[in-house]
Amino acid sequence: MAELQEGGDVQSHRGKKRGHVRAKKMSTRIDMTPMVDLGFLLVTFFILTTTMTKPKAMQVVMPDKDVKDTSEMSKIRASEAMTILLGGNDKVYYYYGIENPQIQSTDYKKIRDTLIAHNNYVLGLEAANGWDKKGVIVLIKPTNDSKYENLVDMLDEMKITNIKSYAIVDVTTDELAMIPK
Amino acid sequence: MAKVKPPKASVFIDMTPMVDMAFLLVTFFILTTQFRPDEPVQVNTPSSTWTSTPPEHGKVTITIAPDSRVFFDLDNQNFRRDLLQRMGDTYGISFSEDELNAFATGSSIGIPMSSLKGYLDLSPEDRRKVQQPGIPVDSTKNMSNELGIWLINARIAGNNPVILIKGDKLSNYPAVKNVFKTLQDNKVNKFGLITSEEAAPTTKQLQ
Repeated sequence: MAELQEGGDVQSHRGKKRGHVRAKKMSTRIDMTPMVDLGFLLVTFFILTTTMTKPKAMQVVMPDKDVKDTSEMSKIRASEAMTILLGGNDKVYYYYGIENPQIQSTDYKKIRDTLIAHNNYVLGLEAANGWDKKGVIVLIKPTNDSKYENLVDMLDEMKITNIKSYAIVDVTTDELAMIPK
Repeated sequence: MAKVKPPKASVFIDMTPMVDMAFLLVTFFILTTQFRPDEPVQVNTPSSTWTSTPPEHGKVTITIAPDSRVFFDLDNQNFRRDLLQRMGDTYGISFSEDELNAFATGSSIGIPMSSLKGYLDLSPEDRRKVQQPGIPVDSTKNMSNELGIWLINARIAGNNPVILIKGDKLSNYPAVKNVFKTLQDNKVNKFGLITSEEAAPTTKQLQ
């Protein structure tokens, strides 16, 4: 590329004296070592400073606070509801329905199976009774002891288990009293 | 006796392809890199399986530190100028041209309005050293809930930006709840929670 060719094969002309006088052939090669050094220094610098993982955003939709017309609000059946309480120290408590709650304790690993199982159960119930197929309606109630990560994890579970209806609701004092100490 | 010399191999290796590749990588990294602005607090965001990325521009980021301090950020310099002017009008504080510039080129802010002017008068080095107390957030709709006022003004100044919350894994829920409540009070019912990426479970794992 950088070498001049004067016709024909380079190999065949090497070392042969040609008819005319030539100036001493200067090497066309330059020492690229410093250039490579600099290049890789820059590469290393950019590799180390760059943040390849772009942040992701989880979409959250909260209910409108001042709704005047309650007639359009959808009613839910107690049998479709499930309440999840997010406690301190990464504890999760849940109960089905609205009245006479039987509170159960679990953790963030096991809750996924519980959610899937209950969602399927509710979908079966809705199919059997001819109700709208909404699936389970989950009320997420973080307590004051819970961390932000707990809430994000639970919202993520909703996406993973494909539960469409859920809401972040304030915990009641009755429910707080039910959490085992 | 003359030694039989093997033909002298050139000590030069052709580095051209290597240089080509190195500079190709350099160019790639230069073009893709974006330097992280000086943030007053480092947060460790929780991870989720969500894959949608927030927009590059036109966003408000509310940072919640593990110690419950709240920081506010609007990302465009021109918008930030306008925002500070509007904030000044709301609280009856007039900001000088230097203060406006200092604010416009800055990043997240966690200073109550009462001490914001003094903070902006500091030199950039001193500003970095200040331990920011966080923006006052409470559960009211009053002027004391400064986050709410910031939000109102940023929505006007920022031409309806996307609202994002960047919380630390270990932020306490009451702090998050106050921010959520402030957003709802200002009719921001749709917002994003910034998370880092995590591999989604396969369908097999879900069975």
